[in-house]
Amino acid sequence: MRTERPLNHGLYRQEFEHENCGIGFVAHLKGRKSHSIVSQGLDILRNMTHRGAEGADKKTGDGAGVLIQIPRDFYLIQGYALPPEGQFGTGLIFLPQDASDAAKCEEILLNIISEEEVSFIGFRDVPRNNSVLGEISHAAEPFIKQILLGAETEQEILERKLYIIRKRAEVAIRNSDIRQKNFFYLPSLSTKVLVYKGMLTSLQLGDYFTDLSDERLKSAIALVHSRFSTNTFPSWDLAQPFRVLGHNGEINTIRGNRMWMEARESILKSDKLGDLSRIYPIIEPGKSDSASLDNVLEFLLMSGKSLPYAMSILIPESINAKNPISNELRAFYHYHSTFMEPWDGPASLIFSDGRYIGGMLDRNGLRPSRYVITTNDHIVMGSETGVQTFKPEEIREKGRLKPGKMLLVDTEAGRIYYDNELKATLAGEYPYGDWIHQNMVNLEEIETGQVITPELGPCYNKYITSFNYSMEDIEKIIKEMAATGKEPTGSMGNDVPLAVLSKKPYRLFNYFKQLFAQVTNPPIDPIREELVMTLSGYLGSLQQNLLETSPDHVKMVRFRNPVISNTYFQVVKNLRYKGFSAANLTMLFDASKEAEGLQSAVDKLCADAEKAVDEGKNYIILSDRGIDKNLAPIPSLMAVSAVHHYLISKRKRMQIDIVVESAEPREVMHFALLFGYGASIINPYMSFAIIDKLVKDKAIQLDYQNAEANYINAINKGLLKIMSKMGISTLRSYRSSQIFEAVGIHSDVIDKYFAGTISRIGGIGMAEIAEEVLVPLRKAFIEEQQPEILTEGVYSYRKHGEHHAWNPETIALLQWSTRTRDREKFRLYSNLVNKDTAHPGFIRGLLRIKKNPIPLAEVEPAENIMKRFVTGAMSYGSISREAHETMAIAMNRIGGRSNTGEGGEDPERFKPRADGESTRSAIKQVASGRFGVTAEYLVNADEIQIKIAQGAKPGEGGQLPGHKVDKIIAKTRYSIPGITLISPPPHHDIYSIEDLSQLIFDLKNINPKARISVKLVSESGVGTIAAGVTKAGADLITISGYEGGTGASPSSSIKHAGLPLELGLAETQQTLVMNNLRRKVMLQADGEIKTALDIVMIAMLGAEEFGFATSALVVLGCVMMRKCHLNTCPVGVATQNPELRKRFTGKADYLVNFFRMLAEDVREYLAEIGCRSMDEIIGRFDLLERNPEVDHWKIKNLDLTAMLAMPEESKTNAMRCIEKQESKIDNILDLELIREADKALSEKQPVEITRTIRNTDRTIGAMLSGKIATLYGSAGLPDGTIKCRFTGSAGQSFGAFLAPGIELYLEGDANDYLGKGLSGGRIIVVPPEGSAFEPDKNIIIGNTVLYGATRGEIYISGVTGERFAVRNSGANAVVEGVGNHCCEYMTGGRVVVLGKTGSNFAAGMSGGIAYVFNESGNFDYYCNMGMVELSLVEELSEISELTEFINRHYMFTQSKKARMILDDLDKYIPMFIKVVPYDYKKVLQEQELEELRKKIADVEMDVEYDPKS
Amino acid sequence: MADATGFLKIKRKEAGNRPLHERICDFSEVEQVLNSEDRMLQASRCMDCGIPFCHWSCPVDNLIPEWNDLLYKGDWRGAYERLNATNNFPEFTGRICPASCEHACVLNIGQEPVTIRENEVAIVEKAFTEGYIKPVPPKKRTGKKVAVIGSGPSGMAAADLLNKAGHYVTLFEKDEKAGGLLRYGIPDFKLSKATIDRRLNLMEKEGLVIRTSTIIGKDISGKELIDNFDAVCIAIGAGYPRKLPVEGSEFEGIYFAVDFLTAQNRFNAGQLSATDNRINAEGKRVLVIGGGDTGSDCVGTAIRQKAASVTQIEILPKPPLARAIDNPWPFYAKILKTTTSHEEGCERLWNLSTLRFVGDGKITRGAEVEEVRWEYSDNKYIMTPLPETRRVIETDLVLLALGFVHPVLDGLLTELGVELDARKNVKVDKHQSTSQKKVFAAGDTVSGTSLVVNAIASGRKAAKYIDRYLRSLE
Repeated sequence: MRTERPLNHGLYRQEFEHENCGIGFVAHLKGRKSHSIVSQGLDILRNMTHRGAEGADKKTGDGAGVLIQIPRDFYLIQGYALPPEGQFGTGLIFLPQDASDAAKCEEILLNIISEEEVSFIGFRDVPRNNSVLGEISHAAEPFIKQILLGAETEQEILERKLYIIRKRAEVAIRNSDIRQKNFFYLPSLSTKVLVYKGMLTSLQLGDYFTDLSDERLKSAIALVHSRFSTNTFPSWDLAQPFRVLGHNGEINTIRGNRMWMEARESILKSDKLGDLSRIYPIIEPGKSDSASLDNVLEFLLMSGKSLPYAMSILIPESINAKNPISNELRAFYHYHSTFMEPWDGPASLIFSDGRYIGGMLDRNGLRPSRYVITTNDHIVMGSETGVQTFKPEEIREKGRLKPGKMLLVDTEAGRIYYDNELKATLAGEYPYGDWIHQNMVNLEEIETGQVITPELGPCYNKYITSFNYSMEDIEKIIKEMAATGKEPTGSMGNDVPLAVLSKKPYRLFNYFKQLFAQVTNPPIDPIREELVMTLSGYLGSLQQNLLETSPDHVKMVRFRNPVISNTYFQVVKNLRYKGFSAANLTMLFDASKEAEGLQSAVDKLCADAEKAVDEGKNYIILSDRGIDKNLAPIPSLMAVSAVHHYLISKRKRMQIDIVVESAEPREVMHFALLFGYGASIINPYMSFAIIDKLVKDKAIQLDYQNAEANYINAINKGLLKIMSKMGISTLRSYRSSQIFEAVGIHSDVIDKYFAGTISRIGGIGMAEIAEEVLVPLRKAFIEEQQPEILTEGVYSYRKHGEHHAWNPETIALLQWSTRTRDREKFRLYSNLVNKDTAHPGFIRGLLRIKKNPIPLAEVEPAENIMKRFVTGAMSYGSISREAHETMAIAMNRIGGRSNTGEGGEDPERFKPRADGESTRSAIKQVASGRFGVTAEYLVNADEIQIKIAQGAKPGEGGQLPGHKVDKIIAKTRYSIPGITLISPPPHHDIYSIEDLSQLIFDLKNINPKARISVKLVSESGVGTIAAGVTKAGADLITISGYEGGTGASPSSSIKHAGLPLELGLAETQQTLVMNNLRRKVMLQADGEIKTALDIVMIAMLGAEEFGFATSALVVLGCVMMRKCHLNTCPVGVATQNPELRKRFTGKADYLVNFFRMLAEDVREYLAEIGCRSMDEIIGRFDLLERNPEVDHWKIKNLDLTAMLAMPEESKTNAMRCIEKQESKIDNILDLELIREADKALSEKQPVEITRTIRNTDRTIGAMLSGKIATLYGSAGLPDGTIKCRFTGSAGQSFGAFLAPGIELYLEGDANDYLGKGLSGGRIIVVPPEGSAFEPDKNIIIGNTVLYGATRGEIYISGVTGERFAVRNSGANAVVEGVGNHCCEYMTGGRVVVLGKTGSNFAAGMSGGIAYVFNESGNFDYYCNMGMVELSLVEELSEISELTEFINRHYMFTQSKKARMILDDLDKYIPMFIKVVPYDYKKVLQEQELEELRKKIADVEMDVEYDPKS
Repeated sequence: MADATGFLKIKRKEAGNRPLHERICDFSEVEQVLNSEDRMLQASRCMDCGIPFCHWSCPVDNLIPEWNDLLYKGDWRGAYERLNATNNFPEFTGRICPASCEHACVLNIGQEPVTIRENEVAIVEKAFTEGYIKPVPPKKRTGKKVAVIGSGPSGMAAADLLNKAGHYVTLFEKDEKAGGLLRYGIPDFKLSKATIDRRLNLMEKEGLVIRTSTIIGKDISGKELIDNFDAVCIAIGAGYPRKLPVEGSEFEGIYFAVDFLTAQNRFNAGQLSATDNRINAEGKRVLVIGGGDTGSDCVGTAIRQKAASVTQIEILPKPPLARAIDNPWPFYAKILKTTTSHEEGCERLWNLSTLRFVGDGKITRGAEVEEVRWEYSDNKYIMTPLPETRRVIETDLVLLALGFVHPVLDGLLTELGVELDARKNVKVDKHQSTSQKKVFAAGDTVSGTSLVVNAIASGRKAAKYIDRYLRSLE
């Protein structure tokens, strides 16, 4: 059993860990201390148990804790003699288990205490009951003591001393050689607050620390936190709350934030804290992102900053014009953004310094935070409503935190500060606006007299060849972007080797892969939610102390676009504004000296950069202009990153900015990398030269200025997309965040120039990097003839170009052999593919399997093996109906499973066909668009797959343009033909792991028999995410390689996002075995699996099941046209064009042949290996070894040891799934509902059920709906057959997938995801009787309501949170107020809002109609007009429709607001605004026209047959 | 790809051939030309496939999707440049290539491939008429001397590239004019000889030296050549025709196809007078033995010579009309091919084995044939004669179009003593180098008889390695 967190083993890295949580606090507004506050805090934790997680031993929690005020009296009562309040400080200490180590730690601590002139009063034994602990947490339990300290000084001075003591002790012990030093940790040390926490479940906290249940322990505040971590490794110190805050969420930009903070240490000065070097580093190493944020927050507080100030500069609101904030506040944020980059990522935060307690949300507001203020002066805030119950008449106010907003309670003054008051104070402190106006200049506004030509003249061809430009770079990338302003789109994934595996020279850029958000934090939609995003930045960093405030801070140049033209580059180069000066450094090295030359040039560059800092330059310009025969370009990425890291190590990075002038970057990924490793501004002069030539050659029909603007625009859009994939909103925080993994670069290079970047399989060193630069350079300068620019075949196949795994030979042989069921031909195919794989084309090609033959007859039959095969998730819509159904038939025949993909399934397919074949897809996918996800769809699944990401474009959404949505597609997707369908980047009900856990719970409710699977894409850290997903209850996890992907995606995503399957799978296997979670979950893998050898190797790397997508399509006729996105597939596979679909020639037989031959081949391999069944080889890394015969110049230093490392724990822990996940639906309210509704279910007789309800009662109505859908299909029961009446606070997903015939009436309030997937039922929510608050001003429903609803209606007499009716495709709703993003991505249905709306109303809305009661007359400001038009409600039919909705609303809810409107329709109807999407309007008009035409035709017919004429 | 849906809107349209009654009266080219607009539309049918199977199947790796796109956009010059990047003589291949590219075209899955071959010839002809093609002599000479022996397509290709690379190249030809089988083997109605002259002319203007009527191994010894040149490339073709060693094969009136075709070509070129042409089919009952392309050329030529009748027989079975299951796309379709010559009037018979020639002891009067049956077992085809079907086909002129076996060994090859392979072709390593130092070989000499396009590809490959070899001498 582990006692400490594992550092790194195999592919696992400690830094991959994620956590999500439940948080909350309770406080007495007037600071009255009581034990009841403490016990209410513990109640909150108990009521959020479902938001925490347990480990494999089912008893170990991930962490729970509580922060309270120092209970001085509690110790006095126990007989401790203590100094007066304010002169007394205390805290718990976690100490080593080993007594002598503990003593050593104590000694160090006590020495520092006495050095700081604080008196040590004594230790207190902390009573603990460790019998409650689980095995894992018990093994790692530290020895815990409490220290009591005092000093006769002012409280603030003592508070700072305690801070310094703690920081010094941390440093001293970290640097000591005490063996168990990692146990040492101080949860808090303060005169104001005390933290109890540990590796506990929410329920264990109070039982373990018996102090907490002692009635004498009193506090006016209790701030609690329960942790849901991806791992179950020992982590007592990572439990929250930390010293000031509790965080639910994740800081996506953490690498950059930590690095910048470290860089800043050199210029910080604080009068209050004195010599800061004593407490450095500000950020404790090896802790979580939340802990780092807490470190910085605490530092700012200790430096004398206020809580609201510190929070506002760390996690600022958006300053986009669409955010309705004052100009002063905008200036405040603007000012601070110049020296503090946002800590960006989903965050719901609660914090307290003992007096103040408050909470805030980040700008995206993705985590819920609800609060209640009572008439008896209590405030309760939490991730959910209902964590504390109050009588209706006790409630003074109900509310939620809005995105970017804060709420603070002063328990001394007994006051509540709301956001606008807090921020107004902050904004008014200094004349920030004036300072900016006087000192800052906008780059784009600087007048330039001259325009600098993009031409390169006679050097053009030399540059083209030296920098490795291929015809594809020019034609497919640059030209496309310059002509259209968009990044090019591609299809069918990536089948060329990784840069390191290819024998051809590549730019260094190609060795990096983008990371992206999955599960633990949501990506952003950069198009529909652009209001939170920005690329702007500043140039001219100054040596300013962020702890001071002065106008000098903003003496800088602001730029809106970081990619600049030659003209603006000239401006930047010659800028003398406010005394700016730049150092020009060349990125060139002596070609004749090769690697040595490169090395010394980079070193010199670093030294020169440092010199520039010392000389007081404001920025350095790195340029690779001036190449020739002897001067080779240093890879720009290496130059930027090397300088960046070198300056950080010298603590001089804050003083300077890096500007790049390079011929190297050409596509979006290159720019993202340069920014991600530290560049501020880039001038890609070669791209401009190429565009100039294209314009002159008339290959682009635009003038140069427009073409250039298009190119820059395309790059910008691409950058936003890459940032948004990670959930990052601003380029300033993306800069230097290094959100990439390197694949195939040796650690020597990484450690020296790319510190902190993950590179797990070794690879090329300086020699190879230099050679890759020199090969093209020699071609350009040494060869006699200027070489022709040829197509490199990276995007489409060329004979002498890059190697493609799918090539004419492999495709032809696969089709030939599967059509004729010819084993010989299939063998030829397999041999060819395996040879290609070992070319090497894939990482597994570097390996071979160990053999130890047994007779073939002893091996399990092919039938068993085929059951492990599934086809990939491809929607009907992306591929043709013929292809989709053929796949389903084949998989049903062999006992494998096909997948619906994202797009629903025609209910006709649920039943067997007349000929006995079944076209039903066993796997039903649930993706972010939720198209066609109804109760009926879900109950017809054997497996339900939650698609978190897909290989071709992880972290991105999708779009099916209206012209592709024909009648049948529209029917299966529950939308309208011709209406564009958008899949958002995130699932709007999964922003975190506990959300995923909730969705899994929802799906298990609706279909208890189906396996629930979760599809992830390989990236570093995917193993850790998989561990979290397992803990969230998934039965199966699919790991997709980045290679695959059958849909259309931006080219840069296909090539550069995600990692090879092998790495992700091996990491997942290792991490799950280490956590002992593998036993509970199956692993499935997909990504270019083509032969039996692939299957066997992938099984050895950990997979039990195997997905085939591209290969299955090839068998059915796909020839890798890569034109799926154009709807022109000439073989009828990926098209909806009826003419082209006729060309489909695939047959189920072919697929059956394919899978049978594969399975037979697998058997032969098993016999050779000496295993009788697949089960015996799963996770057997030891059966794989490096194949010494596969070798070439770039792969000689690849090291797969980490990938093939069997974890220590595999000796004891299961390596494959051997047990079922525990069902959490055995004891839920729906079981009671089903029992009571028996008569309704069996005889359709009406029933009424009445119950009280709590927030722990989740997903009410789903299981009941599942029963109805199974019995009665989509028709369900007659309206109102089952009426359920609830009082109380409903848990999440109230009324999810509610079937027709059910009506849920709730008196009280409800949490997030109400009416998710509503399938025909009715939900009514009214405030409790006796409520004192106005329903239209108080929030009674959480976020993300009606997500993916297809049918039904809801009436809410109150206000709801963000994203009301998101992706609604057919439900009708009336509500009295909504948050931001209402009706987002909506494609159908009606929404009536009888009150205020938040920002970004109707973003991405392509169908349906919304009616908004525009009382304040400013609705247009809040509406996103991108896709909709606004008008008054004037047509009679519309007026009657609207009136009918309000009527029904009144009928169901007795709403006062509805009454008011109904009483004076003439007055109020004109105040309504109708919101109609253009798309939808067009469709409606066409429908009308069609009807007219019909009428006319009928009339003509009548005339023709009129006997009189 | 400018027009993603071109292939849906535009049908395949071939330029077609001149009317039959007209074309059989002369030896001018049979194939017609499409107007530029239609040609560009035909190019729009190209789909710029993710995997261009056409390009894959092309022996010279023509960048078909790339020049089709440029052609569609009307950028004829750009299209020519892209075409010229991989093919020295598109005007030859564009006329006579069997176009495996079109067999592999993805649109050929639905039997309507892009008119790739016709597009190719259209591009190059436009380039000639518009003057895009001009002599471009190398800017710098390397001083190295190369001898290329044989001026057929592979020798021409090798010589062209080596000359362009700056070496001094002399192209030797045994006949009176350069071009090899292009000139003497292929009938004028398929490839007009002006096309070859135009190209040779251009090459000469670029500095290539052509020495015709020079037999190496006889007029100049191989040794002398090796001594005087830095490298030698043998591209003498596979000139040893396959014989039919049956009773009566020594009779008069039995000729090799190549001799028959050469004579006509020489006559057309004015190198031979009508009276000198001893192989004339006029008024004769012609029997062509061999069902391949050469046989078809004999058919067309005999018809133009006004033969009384033409019969073409083949020992193999009649190919199917559609692809057999074991001959799927994208491989070359082994299906019945009806050439323009066949259309012009001839009887085609299959499964016929020739047993002996009958005649008066001197002149042939007929050929005795019998039908054979082909069966497939143990991975090979087995032939069974059917003696009961024996019969005599009456004929006055027999043309043997049975292919060639290997290069002529007497003379040069024997003198140089280059190593041969099992089939008596010249053996080369993967760099086209023979067993003799500085001697390279290309084309049919190496591969045995094959297509023009393969010969060009082989010549290009040899040029690449000869160039490398010469540069390594520095």
